[in-house]
Amino acid sequence: MNIPFGPRSAAGPTGVTTADATAALPSGVSSGTTPLLKLTEVVASYGAIQALRGVSLEVRHGEIVTMLGSNGAGKSTTLRTISGLMHPRSGRIELDGHDITEVPAHKLVRQGIGHAPEGRHIFNRLTVLENLQMGAYSRRDRSAVNADFDRVFGLFPRLRERRDQSAGTLSGGEQQMLAIGRALMARPKLLLLDEPSMGLSPVLVEQIFSIIRDINSQGTTILLVEQNAQMALQVASRGYILQTGQIVLADSAEALAGNEEVKKAYLGT
Amino acid sequence: MTAAARASWARFRGGHFFGRHQSFSVVVGMAIVTAILPFIVLAPPFSGFGTQTDFVDGFSQAGVWVLLAIGLNVVVGLAGLLDLGYAAFFAIGAYTYAYGASPYSGNHVAFWVMLLVGAAVAAMAGLLLGAPTLRLRGDYLAIVTLGFGEIVPVVFTNSDQYTNGTNGITALYQPSLINLSLPIPNLSGILPNLGLFQGSYGFGNPWPYYISVAAIISVVMILAYRLQDSRLGRAWMAIREDELAAASMGINTVTTKLLAFAIGASTSGLAGVYLSSKLSIVSPTQFGFTVSFTVLAMVVLGGMGNIWGVAAGAFVVYEIQSQGLKQLNVFVGQYFPNGLPIFGHVDFLTYQYLLYGLALVGMMLLRPEGLFPSRRRRQELHDVEDADAANVELVEA
Repeated sequence: MNIPFGPRSAAGPTGVTTADATAALPSGVSSGTTPLLKLTEVVASYGAIQALRGVSLEVRHGEIVTMLGSNGAGKSTTLRTISGLMHPRSGRIELDGHDITEVPAHKLVRQGIGHAPEGRHIFNRLTVLENLQMGAYSRRDRSAVNADFDRVFGLFPRLRERRDQSAGTLSGGEQQMLAIGRALMARPKLLLLDEPSMGLSPVLVEQIFSIIRDINSQGTTILLVEQNAQMALQVASRGYILQTGQIVLADSAEALAGNEEVKKAYLGT
Repeated sequence: MTAAARASWARFRGGHFFGRHQSFSVVVGMAIVTAILPFIVLAPPFSGFGTQTDFVDGFSQAGVWVLLAIGLNVVVGLAGLLDLGYAAFFAIGAYTYAYGASPYSGNHVAFWVMLLVGAAVAAMAGLLLGAPTLRLRGDYLAIVTLGFGEIVPVVFTNSDQYTNGTNGITALYQPSLINLSLPIPNLSGILPNLGLFQGSYGFGNPWPYYISVAAIISVVMILAYRLQDSRLGRAWMAIREDELAAASMGINTVTTKLLAFAIGASTSGLAGVYLSSKLSIVSPTQFGFTVSFTVLAMVVLGGMGNIWGVAAGAFVVYEIQSQGLKQLNVFVGQYFPNGLPIFGHVDFLTYQYLLYGLALVGMMLLRPEGLFPSRRRRQELHDVEDADAANVELVEA
């Protein structure tokens, strides 16, 4: 567990353990000029229904950024356009300064985008280990992959216990862990998490969010979509509020948590 | 990282073929089956049903269906794409041979070369059909392939200046080992005279066909096992399980599905070449929907996903069709000379498809994973029970 989960090329910060990682905000946020991810006026639609009406956002290296919004606001659609599962009508998506707007999903995995999709989409009939192996499908560095099994099992000891069990028989929380672990096996620079807390008990939600912090502190940038705004704003450094396909508010996580509108609409206080 | 996990990863990467290399067991298994079958039929009750030659001829015909089933298993069983037009590629392979080796076309290319050509042409057809249609999913893909399967024989029927229409192309050259111009030793004095070593394939002598098809099946099976355990095989599995997840694992779903389609089609083409060389005739009526349907039924009955299983399923279904129903007629005739009660005189051969349907329904109720299921398939169909069991444990704990 001492080796960091850095992106494939660059080495991330070292020596962060599970215990002290939960303490502070991510340390490795760089102030470099090129953001890791940049969306400019992205428009996307399902047939005639417009889901995104010009979304612009930025994620910098090392950050956790959260995207909040109600059902149907376009959060999942945004993630799907980023990971290439669907392509925008117009607008531009850049990864590390390179245009990836039209790049198909399977190539984006190699370029460092990992997506743990909504509803987990784990391979139910494969074992936990086989699911993780599928996660590393795009990689050819065998020895590093072997080390990454250990890292994922270090982050999620439950998965190690259930290594040879078929994934469909896992509990909801374990399946979510597997979905995240599987996405990590590709060593993404940018991890897209879609509603990781959905359907989980409060204890498990705490656990998942603490692991999200760990993953980030080991050097992986995270874009987090959540319904659980309270938890999301606790781990994120910045946040965007999405409403009917548009960004209506962008601010630091603390500012958003203190914002009266946000409190009323998403925090239920 | 435990040693087991490491080994499992090595297998996944497809680097360590020898870890569970199937080639050896396929060759040995096929050799044993091929050697034993002609002798089983010498024993009662089979000896009463026909001569050894008749049986061997039937077996070499059954080999066609075994090939078809192994090929369709790649598409349906491994990649999870429902293909209802599989007979189209069978027809394309058969007509390819007719063009390559018949007086009608004036060409005479050696059978062994045509096997590869037929497979390649069918694979091309698979790509052509697949490229525009594989974006469709599930039922939609099934409908398109069903249409393709219907269109191809119609095209062969209607373009009669090229294909001789409904009459088909006749007098195709039968294979010959002499065509290979190999130094074939004359072993007829030593071995039983099977005709194989004189290169005399012909209507009266099914032995060379029998042995050839066994060899072809062995090669195809080895390739199928290799594919299944390869990186591509893993990608097929991922797509079968969850296409969206497969895409986000970095799998190019379009080319992966296309490859399944093309590889399945090539096997079908191979079977088409072999069949047309054996029958020495091709006609559009041989390749109707019932062929596609029968192969699918063989794959389902045999145990989708299990290569030996579907091969055995195809063999069993073919033999029941060609021999079993005939013998059932004889059997019933003996015990009920005045016809069955209520039903009267029944010719079971004419009820072939009804019996098929009943067998399929029965299988789905009693053993949905097929006669010889793959480990994963069994898991798939019994997952619910496992999950329930797991929940019970959790509640108790």
